[in-house]
Amino acid sequence: MLEIKNLHVKLEEEDKDILKGVDLTVEAGKVHAIMGPNGSGKSTLSYVLSGRDGYEVTEGSATLEGADVLEMEPEERAAAGLFLAFQYPVEIPGVGNMTFLRTALNAQRKARGEEEVSAADFLKLVREKAKALKIDADMLKRPVNVGFSGGEKKRNEILQMAMLEPKMCILDETDSGLDVDAMKLVAEGVNALRAEGRAFLVITHYQRLLDHIAPDVVHIMADGRIVKTGGPDLALEVENNGYGDILAEVV
Amino acid sequence: MALPEARIDATEARLAGVSLPKGAAWAAKAREAALARVRAMGLPTRRDEYWKFTRPDDLLLPEAPAAALFDPNEKPVFSEIDRVKLVFRDGVFDPAASDDPVEAGLEIARLAEVTEMDVHWASGLYGVLEAEGHDPVPRPFAALNTATATDGVAIRATAKARRPVSLVYLHENETSDVAMHFLVKVEAGAEVTVLENGPAAARFNKVMEVDVADGGTFHHIRTQGRDHERRAVTHIFARLGEGSIFKSFTMTANGILTRNEAVVTFTGDNAVAHIAGAALGDGDFHHDDTVFVTHDAVACESRQVFKKVLRNGAVGTFQGKILVRQGAQKTDGYQISQALLLDEDAQFLAKPELEIYADDVACSHGSTSGAIDETALFYLRSRGLPRAEAQDLLVLAFLAEAIEEIDDEAIAADILSRLEGWLSRHRKG
Repeated sequence: MLEIKNLHVKLEEEDKDILKGVDLTVEAGKVHAIMGPNGSGKSTLSYVLSGRDGYEVTEGSATLEGADVLEMEPEERAAAGLFLAFQYPVEIPGVGNMTFLRTALNAQRKARGEEEVSAADFLKLVREKAKALKIDADMLKRPVNVGFSGGEKKRNEILQMAMLEPKMCILDETDSGLDVDAMKLVAEGVNALRAEGRAFLVITHYQRLLDHIAPDVVHIMADGRIVKTGGPDLALEVENNGYGDILAEVV
Repeated sequence: MALPEARIDATEARLAGVSLPKGAAWAAKAREAALARVRAMGLPTRRDEYWKFTRPDDLLLPEAPAAALFDPNEKPVFSEIDRVKLVFRDGVFDPAASDDPVEAGLEIARLAEVTEMDVHWASGLYGVLEAEGHDPVPRPFAALNTATATDGVAIRATAKARRPVSLVYLHENETSDVAMHFLVKVEAGAEVTVLENGPAAARFNKVMEVDVADGGTFHHIRTQGRDHERRAVTHIFARLGEGSIFKSFTMTANGILTRNEAVVTFTGDNAVAHIAGAALGDGDFHHDDTVFVTHDAVACESRQVFKKVLRNGAVGTFQGKILVRQGAQKTDGYQISQALLLDEDAQFLAKPELEIYADDVACSHGSTSGAIDETALFYLRSRGLPRAEAQDLLVLAFLAEAIEEIDDEAIAADILSRLEGWLSRHRKG
């Protein structure tokens, strides 16, 4: 699904690499987790993959089902099936959540040469998906993320994911700022989307999210590289011993 | 105080070809008095503080600069609204193209008819609010209008009118120089909506005097045509009685010179006035909103909401004042003027002012200019919206607060579709 090879990335304004040769392959139907200490480059990886400005790829490649995503505009990446659940979802005053969802869904469908979803079908779909995430009608009507609590914002991200049905979902610290109940709700939303043709890359500091979203593969990232890859046990090891031991081991 | 000679010369040059229309004695007197006001004030020059942001030069030329005719090639705004349509071709009423001006609760008459008769409500209004509107700032183009306007309509609402009165201005002569004057008298408890659209003329001077009696309601929604080369100076003067409501919204897209002045005075307690505008400009667009709200009564609410979207050298200006006179306690005054600059060539000039002589009031004003929020733009694009669509969505979101000032949903939807149309035509390509 997603194949990253020797990816080097620096900030446009600084001459310092943040990613220093990331190699990572995520297979369809699998959930991969990336864990790592602060400043290891986890969030940068998610931004670069989704096409945010300000980063420069100096070496390496990233492909989604064989297509070079780094060459695509952010909206083309979305239409190709890439989705980033933001660590800090953006508030957009004046744009209604429903309008946003429908415009996004239809823009992607249009880009893929599919028919637009009718207003009635959309409404039915969004109500059903919102209900599962305990997002009420009021939240759907309000401007995107404006006045939402931290938990509501993250649930809104998952709602967008559920509506857009991407192939490759990247969750950037979706657990940050969530209490246990909210985290369960978000995890259930993600688990409901797990499917044969869909892959997940879950970026997190802590193991606790992985109690709810069970990963197939766990990677440890440090200093701009994947330094260790293992099974779900690796996350537990981090939880029990911190990053220190693992990092000492690989250096 | 004697005027400087240069100003007298400039004023006389503009007045050289001017003749006053004929009419009943009261009308002739009102016009002569207005002309005397023009001479006493003098027409503005570039040096005037009140014209610092907007050059009056094109308005001072003896003849109107030519403005190319423009076929928007689309159904005009308000076409789908059930209305009493009154059509003016280069400032001349066209009865054949207009609806029969008969509507329950309304009296509608041509200005030419009204000024030839002794209609006391009209004679008590014509040029009266205009004349009161020069203190403390002179508005000589409005006085010039009162002196020279040849056509327009007088509307009197005696009850709640079901349909809006829709003034449709057509521009058919490339050098037409037009002054039109409108009177709107809303009697106690009555209600009327006035719609305006179209470019009117190569050069257009319009005055609307609106007198809203106690408990009356006046709604005004205006779009200024897409003819780009027109020059327009418009004034709306309003006097608001107790518990009355006045709401005026203007959408402007295109236009190399547009100055819209609104002069609103609360004379009765507990009244409401909302004045809003959404302007979209590209290239050599110059749009000026000048607003003066005077609170001279207790517990009145005024809102000024002006939003401008500017690109490619377009200039937007805003001069807005809230004057709270002594004794106008419990005043609630709000003013916001904002510009969204789509590139670095666009310019927004703003002068928000508060002047308050009462001690128990809540007044606020704010003015900002900024660019598209890149973080929001990326967020929308990451969900699949192409850049242009995402940007349009953010522009409309920026304008939302102004558009929300339109109460009628069908009209608001119509205006919104015009804004969307303009944006899609003016995408950076």
